Amino acid sequence: MGIVLKSHRFRREREADWQRLEDLLDRFEGGRRSTLTNDEIIAIPVLYRATLSSLSVARAISLDKGLLEYLESLCTRAYFCVYGTRTTVIERLASFFADEWPRAVQSIWRETLFAGAITLLGAFVAFVLVQHSPDWFGTFIPEGLAQGRGPSASTTELRETLFGKHGANGLTVFATFLFTHNAQIAILAFALGFACCLPTALLMAYNGMMLGALFAVFLQHGLAPEFGGWVLIHGVTELFAVTLAGAAGFRIGWALAFPGERSRLEALTQAGREAAIVMAGVIVMLGCAGLLEGFGRQLITSTVARYAVALTTAFLWGVFFYRPRALT
Amino acid sequence: MSVAGSTLVRDTARPEAGARELVTPEGVDLRLKLADTGERAAAFLLDVGIILGSLVALTLLVFLGAWIGGTSAREFLPAIWLLGFFLLRNFYFMGFELSPCAATPGKRILGLRVTARNGGPLAAEAIFARNATRELEVFLPLTFLVTSGAAVDAWIDILGAVWCAVFVFFPLFNRDRLRIGDLVGGTWVVRAPRRGLRIDLADEAASPAIAFSPAALDAYGIKELNVLEDVLRRRDDATMAAVAERIRAKLGLKAREPAAEFLFAYYAALRGRLESRLLFGRRRRDKFDKD
Repeated sequence: MGIVLKSHRFRREREADWQRLEDLLDRFEGGRRSTLTNDEIIAIPVLYRATLSSLSVARAISLDKGLLEYLESLCTRAYFCVYGTRTTVIERLASFFADEWPRAVQSIWRETLFAGAITLLGAFVAFVLVQHSPDWFGTFIPEGLAQGRGPSASTTELRETLFGKHGANGLTVFATFLFTHNAQIAILAFALGFACCLPTALLMAYNGMMLGALFAVFLQHGLAPEFGGWVLIHGVTELFAVTLAGAAGFRIGWALAFPGERSRLEALTQAGREAAIVMAGVIVMLGCAGLLEGFGRQLITSTVARYAVALTTAFLWGVFFYRPRALT
Repeated sequence: MSVAGSTLVRDTARPEAGARELVTPEGVDLRLKLADTGERAAAFLLDVGIILGSLVALTLLVFLGAWIGGTSAREFLPAIWLLGFFLLRNFYFMGFELSPCAATPGKRILGLRVTARNGGPLAAEAIFARNATRELEVFLPLTFLVTSGAAVDAWIDILGAVWCAVFVFFPLFNRDRLRIGDLVGGTWVVRAPRRGLRIDLADEAASPAIAFSPAALDAYGIKELNVLEDVLRRRDDATMAAVAERIRAKLGLKAREPAAEFLFAYYAALRGRLESRLLFGRRRRDKFDKD
């Protein structure tokens, strides 16, 4: 060894600590967190601070690029380990369902009312139009989705669609199709809020229109109560979920259009997070709705029982979301 | 003198493009580097490949099971692809980004991770927001391209394509390479490669060091030292010979020892010289940086 460099000596003295930290981080990140003993977990922040101070010394005295890059990457990894989230996925899920989600839903009650109002408005307009002239029906509901429920169908045929049974095997496919379809619409309503609320409002109104048009057709054939049961058994959950998705979209669009005193980016980020919490829950709700629609509705064919299920779900969701909570 | 000295000590190197400041509570700047758009696209394609691959594998498995059990698996096919693709598409990204690595396998392969823009902990809702928006950015345009056929006007087609292009190319048009999901979630994607500690090249210098004159050691600065380090770490004989020849020509030395031996000795000597000047507060950026 010709010349002993200061930076070389510096490295030799501290190398062992760095390697130890690297090893602990490998185990932490690699999902082998349970193999870490208490002493090792306590050692991570200590080693992290030592390595961080090595980094700032190395930047001042060493010109070894390989060493600097190593220390930078090691410190970055350790930083995210020490200052990142420390809860496990399970803990996060638990606190999400018990607290964050209902709180977030409660906080966007204004947007929820607005989205609900637009859906009702759409339903009302379509209802009046179809009552007036059945030709409008085709405008609101595409042929493929109607599945023979159009105004030209006879009362027996309509009754058949309300109480007919799919084969028990078909139910799995049917339920999964409904779930993915609805979830996609909900995610779209949320994501489109980004374009300043307008597309979300259209989507909400259209959702209402389909309902209104169908209702008008069934009313003309005197099947209104049965139709109500058929829709509401899962519709309480599903319509509520889609309304919440729309509300989340409105929250984002509104923050973007009218950020108030914050910068636009800041307002968007904050609204985006609140809305995202609501949305994560909406997907779960739609899963429940898909099950109710795919299985519950096909297996429960009594209108009274359907209304009972609808009322129960309405009560449960209402209490879950809107019961009074202590302020944080 | 002392005032002038203190200004010189400061790292005068221009910040690299894509480097962002992240000062830890301990007061050290970690100098995060943002991932570039190409890396992120590659990571995304890898992830999509993994998702499709696992769906195909699942389908084959179900068919195999049905074949052994002697029933038809056709019934399950739509359920697998509809629900499976939906669940994987939405929860694959979220699940992996919630883990301590904060990266999907694709990102991990490319050495990337998702972090909060404010440097704080990465909240679950931020991850959900950035991934829910993916639907709008990627899968909506894809569905649009696939389904819009002869049924709609050319105008609607064009408008739709423009709408999609805005989202798809959004990361190319802002300084922080954010996609809309990053914007909404308050996140960005940074490079966090796992590097091992590599050997100290100064160890490799032969023990009876070749003596260099002070003038020879003043010929280069830090930038050239770093290039020399890269060359030595790569250990490509042809390159080393060429580099040794260039350096000897510049220093006016004759080729007495093998190229590798010469370069290692020169690296150690040059680094020693530049580092000792660094300790005195003089950071010599490159060979044009005169005292």
